Amino acid sequence: MELIISVVSGVLLAASFYLLMRRNLLRFVIGVIILGNGVNLLIFTMGRLTRAKPPVIPKGQKVLEGAYANPLPQALILTAIVISFGLLAFTLVLVYRNFAANETIQSDEVRGSEPTDTLDVHEESKRLPA
Amino acid sequence: MNTLLVLPIIVPAITGMLALLVRNYPTVQRGLSVLGAIVMFGVGGGLVYQVQSHGILAVQMGNWPAPFGITLVVDYFSAGLVAVSGFVALAVAVYALAGIDETRERFGFHILFHLLIMGINGAFITGDLFNMYVWFEVLLISSFVLLVLGNDREQLDGAVKYVGINLVSSAAFLTAIGLLYGLTGTLNLADLSQSMEPVREAGLGPAIAMLFLIGFGIKAALFPLYYWLPASYHTPPAPIAAIFAGLLTKVGIYSLIRIFTLLFPNPDGYTQAVLLVVAGATMLLGVFGALVQRHILRLLAFLVISAMGYVVMGLGFLTTLGLAGAIFYVFQDVPVKTTLFLIGGLMERETGTTNISKMGGLYEHRPLLATMFIVPAFSLAGFPPFPGFWGKLTLLQAGVQQEQWVLVAVALVVGLLTLLAVAQVWGRAFWRPKEGELPTMEALNARFLMNGPVGVLALALFVLGCYAEPVFSFAHKAAAHLTDTGPYVQAVLGG
Repeated sequence: MELIISVVSGVLLAASFYLLMRRNLLRFVIGVIILGNGVNLLIFTMGRLTRAKPPVIPKGQKVLEGAYANPLPQALILTAIVISFGLLAFTLVLVYRNFAANETIQSDEVRGSEPTDTLDVHEESKRLPA
Repeated sequence: MNTLLVLPIIVPAITGMLALLVRNYPTVQRGLSVLGAIVMFGVGGGLVYQVQSHGILAVQMGNWPAPFGITLVVDYFSAGLVAVSGFVALAVAVYALAGIDETRERFGFHILFHLLIMGINGAFITGDLFNMYVWFEVLLISSFVLLVLGNDREQLDGAVKYVGINLVSSAAFLTAIGLLYGLTGTLNLADLSQSMEPVREAGLGPAIAMLFLIGFGIKAALFPLYYWLPASYHTPPAPIAAIFAGLLTKVGIYSLIRIFTLLFPNPDGYTQAVLLVVAGATMLLGVFGALVQRHILRLLAFLVISAMGYVVMGLGFLTTLGLAGAIFYVFQDVPVKTTLFLIGGLMERETGTTNISKMGGLYEHRPLLATMFIVPAFSLAGFPPFPGFWGKLTLLQAGVQQEQWVLVAVALVVGLLTLLAVAQVWGRAFWRPKEGELPTMEALNARFLMNGPVGVLALALFVLGCYAEPVFSFAHKAAAHLTDTGPYVQAVLGG
């Protein structure tokens, strides 16, 4: 079981790296979604998989006995999911707003904040202080 | 005493929430924002005092004993950083009263500003790895919104790069946490430092260290992961850029130092070699970038990167002296960068352009601004009466001790090139006579609100440079606790 989940996590990460390197910003965002899922699965697997043994204390007892599933990785993943959901919503709106303002979702053309005028050395040297 | 440890998180949280409630009363909100920043500054001072009189402080949240619950730990390093960030946050909060336009204020600048401070302080004082991730996300989402606040074309463009790379950085950080938890079964930093021994050298250990280096390296803008910084930091208004430049990269570098001294202290190992190469490349390429820039804020952004190289160099040496130099350098670099970006904003306002080749006449017409520029600029270049000199001197001493001659040479050359970069700004924007008139000055009130905090910051830096001993001995104690982690572990786990 651990092997299967590990492979799935690896495949998801590989797919997300491929998408992260695309030049289309929407594909980049999809890559980020898959990246988050891959990482979450990885945390889940690293916490060891235990099937059908919920960490619930039976009625009438005070403590858990025997082996039980580790609830901590699930709590971590839950937090990570909530956070990545919020960030994803923001990122989608950002890409859309950027499309509205700069009219591109091609990452090569996202250059609105780069300097437009190239450095003119001759022009510069004339104006240097004496 | 223990309540004090929670205040760096609680105070900005309450300020932010109250500011949200009074968003229809701008005057009240502005007062509240400054008041919150003043209280935060006081809390920072209180923490420094407490740490000096009681040693490392730790408090267990919800009374869960140490490795199981979340621990807040304040040692010398984090107390100093909370105090310094409280100081610059107060200065920026006052500057923002005049430096932020009404639209941005209406869309929640003050709220987001305090939530950002909360995230930064949380990352400084947490003793739990996953909790640190959560604080990183808190400060990231606040910084994302602050960066795009106002919806300028340029801001959106810069934000796409900033947000994109930071999402990848968070994923790397989270992966490292997941792998580390699987290997050791704990997330408490003090507990981890004790159970790291079997996994540090073998198998996944080095991979985890490198994942941390990538995750924090992106946030600290280290070579080769810094390209997002000069692409985005010059787009928002000066107060926002100033708080980013002053504090955000420092959170990355703080976490890097914390993780690599606590979990991967390995003086002869692969991690130190990588750190030293990264340090040299960051210093050099940062300053090279600054030399060819004509946009004042972009030029300063490249100098932010270059300064990070010095700090990583101190971490790479991993000696008490090297770390003391690095910590002192961080302490003075926070106000230096904040002041420079605030002054950059003032230069833009006074001349109506961001291009230093088109500025001019500032020395003649704005002598006060010129005086205030000298202190942080020459501190950055490492001139003797200014605090940057002491940081660099200590780092170089540590380098000579370690016989790292190449890095010492690189650091000296970079110091010279930094001087050239700031001298270019000085020569072009300040000394060169202005063709034509400067735009008329703004109202006296606004000028006071913007120049006042910058003046206080510059004065504080000047005093720190002339009288560096108390802060330096503080940094030295902080470094001693990083190289000998015994007291930290004992304070968290007890016994």
